[in-house]
Amino acid sequence: MNTNITQTLDARNLNCPLPILRTKKALNSMQSGDLLAIQATDPGSVNDLEAFCKQTGNKLVSSEAAGDEFSFIIKKS
Amino acid sequence: MNATAETLNHTSEASNTDFSLFDQQFNERFDERFEHKMKEREANHTPSMTIISTKGTLDMAYPPFILASTAAALGWDVEIFFTFYGLSLLKKDLDLSISPLGNPAMPMKMPMGPEWLRKTDIKIPNLVMAGVPGFENVATTLMKKTMENKGIATIDELRELCLEAEVKLVACQMTVDLFEMSKDEFIPEISDWIGAASFLPKAQQADVSLFI
Repeated sequence: MNTNITQTLDARNLNCPLPILRTKKALNSMQSGDLLAIQATDPGSVNDLEAFCKQTGNKLVSSEAAGDEFSFIIKKS
Repeated sequence: MNATAETLNHTSEASNTDFSLFDQQFNERFDERFEHKMKEREANHTPSMTIISTKGTLDMAYPPFILASTAAALGWDVEIFFTFYGLSLLKKDLDLSISPLGNPAMPMKMPMGPEWLRKTDIKIPNLVMAGVPGFENVATTLMKKTMENKGIATIDELRELCLEAEVKLVACQMTVDLFEMSKDEFIPEISDWIGAASFLPKAQQADVSLFI
Protein backbone atom coordinates (compact mmCIF):
# COMPACT_ATOMS: atom_id res chain seq x y z
CA MET A 1 0.00 0.00 0.00
CA ASN A 2 2.71 2.45 1.05
CA THR A 3 4.49 2.04 -2.24
CA ASN A 4 1.54 3.67 -4.00
CA ILE A 5 1.60 6.83 -1.88
CA THR A 6 2.82 9.71 -4.02
CA GLN A 7 3.20 12.27 -1.27
CA THR A 8 2.84 12.49 2.50
CA LEU A 9 1.69 15.43 4.60
CA ASP A 10 2.42 15.83 8.29
CA ALA A 11 -0.39 18.01 9.66
CA ARG A 12 0.09 16.93 13.28
CA ASN A 13 -0.28 19.62 15.94
CA LEU A 14 -1.98 21.90 13.44
CA ASN A 15 -5.48 23.15 14.09
CA CYS A 16 -8.44 24.19 11.93
CA PRO A 17 -8.21 25.31 9.15
CA LEU A 18 -4.51 24.52 8.61
CA PRO A 19 -4.84 20.77 7.88
CA ILE A 20 -7.30 21.56 5.06
CA LEU A 21 -5.18 24.38 3.66
CA ARG A 22 -2.02 22.25 3.69
CA THR A 23 -3.94 19.38 2.05
CA LYS A 24 -5.14 21.67 -0.72
CA LYS A 25 -1.60 22.96 -1.24
CA ALA A 26 -0.16 19.44 -1.38
CA LEU A 27 -2.82 18.31 -3.88
CA ASN A 28 -2.03 21.29 -6.13
CA SER A 29 1.43 19.90 -6.84
CA MET A 30 0.14 16.38 -7.60
CA GLN A 31 -1.18 14.61 -10.69
CA SER A 32 -4.64 13.16 -11.18
CA GLY A 33 -4.83 9.67 -9.64
CA ASP A 34 -1.93 10.31 -7.21
CA LEU A 35 -2.39 9.34 -3.56
CA LEU A 36 -1.75 11.73 -0.69
CA ALA A 37 -1.28 10.35 2.84
CA ILE A 38 -2.07 12.77 5.67
CA GLN A 39 -1.40 12.53 9.39
CA ALA A 40 -3.27 14.84 11.75
CA THR A 41 -4.06 15.32 15.43
CA ASP A 42 -6.97 17.76 15.06
CA PRO A 43 -10.16 15.73 15.74
CA GLY A 44 -12.07 18.22 13.55
CA SER A 45 -10.02 17.14 10.55
CA VAL A 46 -12.03 13.90 10.32
CA ASN A 47 -15.23 15.70 9.31
CA ASP A 48 -13.43 18.55 7.58
CA LEU A 49 -11.41 16.37 5.22
CA GLU A 50 -14.53 14.38 4.34
CA ALA A 51 -16.37 17.61 3.51
CA PHE A 52 -13.35 18.93 1.62
CA CYS A 53 -13.21 15.82 -0.57
CA LYS A 54 -16.94 15.87 -1.21
CA GLN A 55 -16.80 19.51 -2.32
CA THR A 56 -13.63 19.33 -4.39
CA GLY A 57 -14.35 15.97 -6.04
CA ASN A 58 -11.21 14.27 -4.69
CA LYS A 59 -11.68 10.78 -3.27
CA LEU A 60 -11.20 10.03 0.42
CA VAL A 61 -9.78 6.52 0.11
CA SER A 62 -9.36 5.89 3.83
CA SER A 63 -9.83 7.63 7.16
CA GLU A 64 -8.48 5.94 10.28
CA ALA A 65 -8.12 6.88 13.92
CA ALA A 66 -5.42 5.43 16.19
CA GLY A 67 -5.41 6.97 19.66
CA ASP A 68 -4.98 10.72 19.31
CA GLU A 69 -3.77 10.51 15.73
CA PHE A 70 -5.72 10.37 12.53
CA SER A 71 -4.51 9.19 9.15
CA PHE A 72 -6.11 9.74 5.79
CA ILE A 73 -5.46 8.82 2.19
CA ILE A 74 -6.83 11.03 -0.56
CA LYS A 75 -6.81 10.22 -4.27
CA LYS A 76 -6.54 13.29 -6.44
CA SER A 77 -9.32 13.58 -9.01
CA MET B 1 -76.57 19.76 -41.60
CA ASN B 2 -76.63 17.52 -38.58
CA ALA B 3 -74.13 15.21 -40.09
CA THR B 4 -71.72 18.06 -40.84
CA ALA B 5 -71.98 19.36 -37.30
CA GLU B 6 -71.27 15.89 -36.00
CA THR B 7 -68.21 15.56 -38.21
CA LEU B 8 -66.93 18.94 -37.06
CA ASN B 9 -67.45 18.02 -33.44
CA HIS B 10 -65.64 14.80 -34.01
CA THR B 11 -62.69 16.50 -35.70
CA SER B 12 -62.25 19.07 -32.96
CA GLU B 13 -62.39 16.37 -30.29
CA ALA B 14 -59.73 14.39 -32.10
CA SER B 15 -57.39 17.35 -32.41
CA ASN B 16 -57.97 18.20 -28.75
CA THR B 17 -56.77 14.73 -27.87
CA ASP B 18 -53.71 15.18 -30.11
CA PHE B 19 -52.82 18.45 -28.46
CA SER B 20 -53.14 17.14 -24.94
CA LEU B 21 -50.92 14.21 -25.86
CA PHE B 22 -48.40 16.59 -27.38
CA ASP B 23 -48.59 18.79 -24.26
CA GLN B 24 -48.01 15.84 -22.01
CA GLN B 25 -45.02 14.63 -24.02
CA PHE B 26 -43.61 18.13 -24.22
CA ASN B 27 -43.93 18.63 -20.47
CA GLU B 28 -42.29 15.32 -19.69
CA ARG B 29 -39.43 16.06 -22.06
CA PHE B 30 -39.12 19.58 -20.68
CA ASP B 31 -38.94 18.37 -17.07
CA GLU B 32 -36.29 15.85 -18.02
CA ARG B 33 -34.17 18.41 -19.89
CA PHE B 34 -34.70 21.01 -17.20
CA GLU B 35 -33.40 18.72 -14.50
CA HIS B 36 -30.44 17.76 -16.67
CA LYS B 37 -29.61 21.38 -17.47
CA MET B 38 -29.91 22.45 -13.83
CA LYS B 39 -27.52 19.69 -12.75
CA GLU B 40 -25.11 20.72 -15.50
CA ARG B 41 -25.32 24.33 -14.36
CA GLU B 42 -24.73 23.37 -10.74
CA ALA B 43 -21.70 21.28 -11.67
CA ASN B 44 -20.15 24.14 -13.63
CA HIS B 45 -20.95 26.77 -11.02
CA THR B 46 -18.06 28.06 -8.91
CA PRO B 47 -19.44 28.90 -5.46
CA SER B 48 -18.63 32.36 -4.17
CA MET B 49 -18.56 34.14 -0.83
CA THR B 50 -18.29 37.74 0.24
CA ILE B 51 -17.47 38.75 3.82
CA ILE B 52 -17.77 42.14 5.47
CA SER B 53 -15.12 42.37 8.18
CA THR B 54 -15.76 45.16 10.68
CA LYS B 55 -13.81 44.29 13.84
CA GLY B 56 -10.12 44.80 14.51
CA THR B 57 -9.45 42.80 17.66
CA LEU B 58 -7.37 39.63 17.76
CA ASP B 59 -10.33 37.36 18.50
CA MET B 60 -12.50 38.86 15.77
CA ALA B 61 -9.69 38.71 13.21
CA TYR B 62 -9.94 34.94 13.08
CA PRO B 63 -13.44 34.27 11.66
CA PRO B 64 -13.02 36.19 8.37
CA PHE B 65 -9.56 34.80 7.61
CA ILE B 66 -10.41 31.23 8.64
CA LEU B 67 -13.62 31.17 6.60
CA ALA B 68 -12.02 32.86 3.60
CA SER B 69 -8.96 30.62 3.45
CA THR B 70 -11.05 27.48 3.92
CA ALA B 71 -13.54 28.51 1.25
CA ALA B 72 -10.66 29.22 -1.12
CA ALA B 73 -9.29 25.73 -0.39
CA LEU B 74 -12.69 24.35 -1.37
CA GLY B 75 -12.34 26.11 -4.70
CA TRP B 76 -14.68 29.04 -4.00
CA ASP B 77 -14.19 32.62 -5.18
CA VAL B 78 -13.84 34.76 -2.07
CA GLU B 79 -13.75 38.48 -1.42
CA ILE B 80 -13.44 40.22 1.96
CA PHE B 81 -14.51 43.84 2.34
CA PHE B 82 -12.72 45.47 5.29
CA THR B 83 -14.48 48.42 6.82
CA PHE B 84 -14.21 50.46 10.01
CA TYR B 85 -12.02 48.65 12.58
CA GLY B 86 -11.74 45.68 10.23
CA LEU B 87 -9.19 47.78 8.32
CA SER B 88 -6.68 47.11 11.15
CA LEU B 89 -6.45 43.56 9.79
CA LEU B 90 -4.87 44.90 6.60
CA LYS B 91 -2.07 46.86 8.28
CA LYS B 92 1.51 45.98 7.38
CA ASP B 93 2.32 45.67 11.08
CA LEU B 94 -0.38 43.58 12.66
CA ASP B 95 -0.51 44.60 16.29
CA LEU B 96 -3.82 43.12 17.33
CA SER B 97 -5.00 42.81 20.89
CA ILE B 98 -8.03 41.57 22.77
CA SER B 99 -9.98 43.07 25.60
CA PRO B 100 -11.78 40.85 28.10
CA LEU B 101 -13.64 43.99 29.22
CA GLY B 102 -17.12 44.04 27.74
CA ASN B 103 -16.44 40.55 26.39
CA PRO B 104 -18.16 38.48 29.07
CA ALA B 105 -18.18 35.21 27.11
CA MET B 106 -14.40 35.19 26.79
CA PRO B 107 -12.84 32.54 29.03
CA MET B 108 -9.86 33.73 31.08
CA LYS B 109 -7.48 30.80 31.33
CA MET B 110 -3.79 30.40 32.07
CA PRO B 111 -1.82 28.83 29.20
CA MET B 112 0.84 27.61 31.66
CA GLY B 113 1.04 26.05 35.10
CA PRO B 114 -0.54 22.87 36.43
CA GLU B 115 -3.43 21.17 34.63
CA TRP B 116 -6.07 22.27 37.17
CA LEU B 117 -5.08 25.92 36.75
CA ARG B 118 -5.15 25.72 32.93
CA LYS B 119 -8.69 24.43 33.08
CA THR B 120 -9.95 27.01 35.55
CA ASP B 121 -11.92 29.91 34.16
CA ILE B 122 -10.65 32.81 36.25
CA LYS B 123 -13.43 35.29 36.91
CA ILE B 124 -12.03 38.79 37.02
CA PRO B 125 -14.18 41.75 38.12
CA ASN B 126 -14.84 44.40 35.46
CA LEU B 127 -13.34 46.99 37.79
CA VAL B 128 -9.97 45.22 37.67
CA MET B 129 -10.14 44.75 33.88
CA ALA B 130 -10.93 48.42 33.38
CA GLY B 131 -8.76 49.88 36.12
CA VAL B 132 -5.50 47.95 36.14
CA PRO B 133 -3.04 49.45 33.63
CA GLY B 134 -1.63 46.89 31.21
CA PHE B 135 -4.43 44.40 31.83
CA GLU B 136 -5.21 44.13 28.11
CA ASN B 137 -1.55 43.55 27.28
CA VAL B 138 -1.43 40.66 29.72
CA ALA B 139 -4.70 39.20 28.39
CA THR B 140 -3.40 39.50 24.81
CA THR B 141 -0.11 37.80 25.67
CA LEU B 142 -1.93 34.96 27.43
CA MET B 143 -4.35 34.51 24.52
CA LYS B 144 -1.49 34.40 22.00
CA LYS B 145 0.30 31.84 24.15
CA THR B 146 -2.86 29.68 24.37
CA MET B 147 -3.27 29.81 20.58
CA GLU B 148 0.36 28.87 20.04
CA ASN B 149 0.01 25.92 22.43
CA LYS B 150 -3.01 24.66 20.52
CA GLY B 151 -1.44 24.93 17.08
CA ILE B 152 -3.75 27.74 15.94
CA ALA B 153 -2.34 29.72 13.03
CA THR B 154 -1.38 33.35 13.59
CA ILE B 155 -3.35 36.08 11.81
CA ASP B 156 -0.26 36.91 9.72
CA GLU B 157 -0.11 33.30 8.61
CA LEU B 158 -3.82 33.08 7.77
CA ARG B 159 -3.71 36.37 5.86
CA GLU B 160 -0.72 35.11 3.89
CA LEU B 161 -2.60 31.86 3.11
CA CYS B 162 -5.61 33.87 1.94
CA LEU B 163 -3.44 35.90 -0.43
CA GLU B 164 -1.76 32.76 -1.71
CA ALA B 165 -5.19 31.26 -2.42
CA GLU B 166 -6.19 34.41 -4.30
CA VAL B 167 -8.76 35.65 -1.82
CA LYS B 168 -9.55 39.21 -2.86
CA LEU B 169 -9.01 41.75 -0.09
CA VAL B 170 -10.78 45.05 -0.64
CA ALA B 171 -10.78 48.02 1.71
CA CYS B 172 -13.28 50.74 2.52
CA GLN B 173 -12.24 54.11 1.13
CA MET B 174 -14.51 56.04 3.48
CA THR B 175 -12.92 54.56 6.62
CA VAL B 176 -9.45 55.70 5.58
CA ASP B 177 -10.76 59.23 5.00
CA LEU B 178 -12.76 59.19 8.23
CA PHE B 179 -9.87 58.21 10.50
CA GLU B 180 -7.29 60.05 8.42
CA MET B 181 -5.21 56.95 7.89
CA SER B 182 -2.46 56.74 5.32
CA LYS B 183 -2.66 54.11 2.61
CA ASP B 184 1.06 53.44 3.18
CA GLU B 185 0.19 51.75 6.49
CA PHE B 186 -1.56 48.95 4.63
CA ILE B 187 -0.31 45.90 2.75
CA PRO B 188 0.12 46.49 -0.99
CA GLU B 189 -1.90 43.35 -1.81
CA ILE B 190 -5.19 45.20 -1.23
CA SER B 191 -6.82 44.80 -4.62
CA ASP B 192 -9.14 47.78 -4.43
CA TRP B 193 -10.31 50.73 -2.33
CA ILE B 194 -14.05 50.81 -2.70
CA GLY B 195 -17.35 51.96 -1.22
CA ALA B 196 -20.64 50.28 -0.35
CA ALA B 197 -22.03 50.82 -3.85
CA SER B 198 -19.19 48.81 -5.39
CA PHE B 199 -19.35 46.04 -2.81
CA LEU B 200 -23.09 45.38 -2.73
CA PRO B 201 -23.46 44.19 -6.36
CA LYS B 202 -20.75 41.58 -5.63
CA ALA B 203 -22.54 40.48 -2.47
CA GLN B 204 -25.73 40.18 -4.47
CA GLN B 205 -24.11 37.68 -6.84
CA ALA B 206 -22.47 35.65 -4.04
CA ASP B 207 -23.83 32.35 -2.75
CA VAL B 208 -22.75 33.16 0.80
CA SER B 209 -22.46 36.63 2.28
CA LEU B 210 -21.41 37.23 5.88
CA PHE B 211 -21.13 40.22 8.18
CA ILE B 212 -18.45 39.77 10.83
